[in-house]
Amino acid sequence: MQFESWSEFWAMGGYGFFVWLAFGVSLLALIGLILQSRLARKQVLRTILQEQQRQKRIQASRSKQVKGNKA
Amino acid sequence: MWKWLHPYAKSEKAFELCARLLPWLSISAIVILATGTLWGLMFAPADYQQGDSFRIIYIHVPSAILSMGVYSAMAVAALVGLVWQLRTATMAVAAIAPVGAVLTFIALFTGAAWGKPMWGTWWVWDARLTSELILLFLYLGVMALYQSFDDKQQGGKAAGVMALVGVVNLPIIHFSVEWWNTLHQGATITKFGKPSIAPEMLWPLLLCILGLALASAALSVYRFQSELMRREIHRPWVQAQARKEHSDAV
Repeated sequence: MQFESWSEFWAMGGYGFFVWLAFGVSLLALIGLILQSRLARKQVLRTILQEQQRQKRIQASRSKQVKGNKA
Repeated sequence: MWKWLHPYAKSEKAFELCARLLPWLSISAIVILATGTLWGLMFAPADYQQGDSFRIIYIHVPSAILSMGVYSAMAVAALVGLVWQLRTATMAVAAIAPVGAVLTFIALFTGAAWGKPMWGTWWVWDARLTSELILLFLYLGVMALYQSFDDKQQGGKAAGVMALVGVVNLPIIHFSVEWWNTLHQGATITKFGKPSIAPEMLWPLLLCILGLALASAALSVYRFQSELMRREIHRPWVQAQARKEHSDAV
């Protein structure tokens, strides 16, 4: 390890603010992208399942109508 | 090779291939990126001129290289989508663009946080910085254009044309430090010739580049899968896959 102690590590030879700002914001940006990708996927899944339910209901009401016409 | 590749143009095959790749890409990305970053931050020696501030290189250079690499990948997908009219290729364009935009943002932001202590300014309107900013706007333009069409195949074509036109910007970014006088330093690693960086600093840098490349690939693949499902919503296999993923999540 290049640093004698943890406090020296966090200080980064006086450049701590800039180094941790750069790495912190980069990490946040990557995490943000991962979360957004995950949310987008969940949204797609929800849309697909809703569409399936809708198709099922349409089918159900159609077959009911056919039965009603026969009677 | 074409015979082998051809089935993957079909959406179901493409989805399966992605599902097989995704765990490997994600795990190796996390392991390699964590190793490279910790190595760079803790064990690489400090720079004799820049002290410890040079450690920003371990996120700045990988994100900058990949902002251009990912753009090339997106442009290839756009070309394939336009020439061979492959639906999956336009989906890839839509999936890759946000990943590239985030990488470009990281490159710009870390560059600013490095510029402040070293150049005394967060931002200058010089060739390298400005052309990289234009790259960010190109990504955002591609995303916006794709979003603005209801017919996603049309949107994919429009976004593809924009992505292809934007390719001109890549050599401009690359050679900007040679063509114009600039604050930005020249390339540290070149394909030809010895890198101008000590090996004990170079190794963690190469790991970070590889790790971030794998992370970008993993995210692009994951987003591509979502885009595929969104576009093929009425296909039975998509509906089955959605039921499976939904029940896995609950």
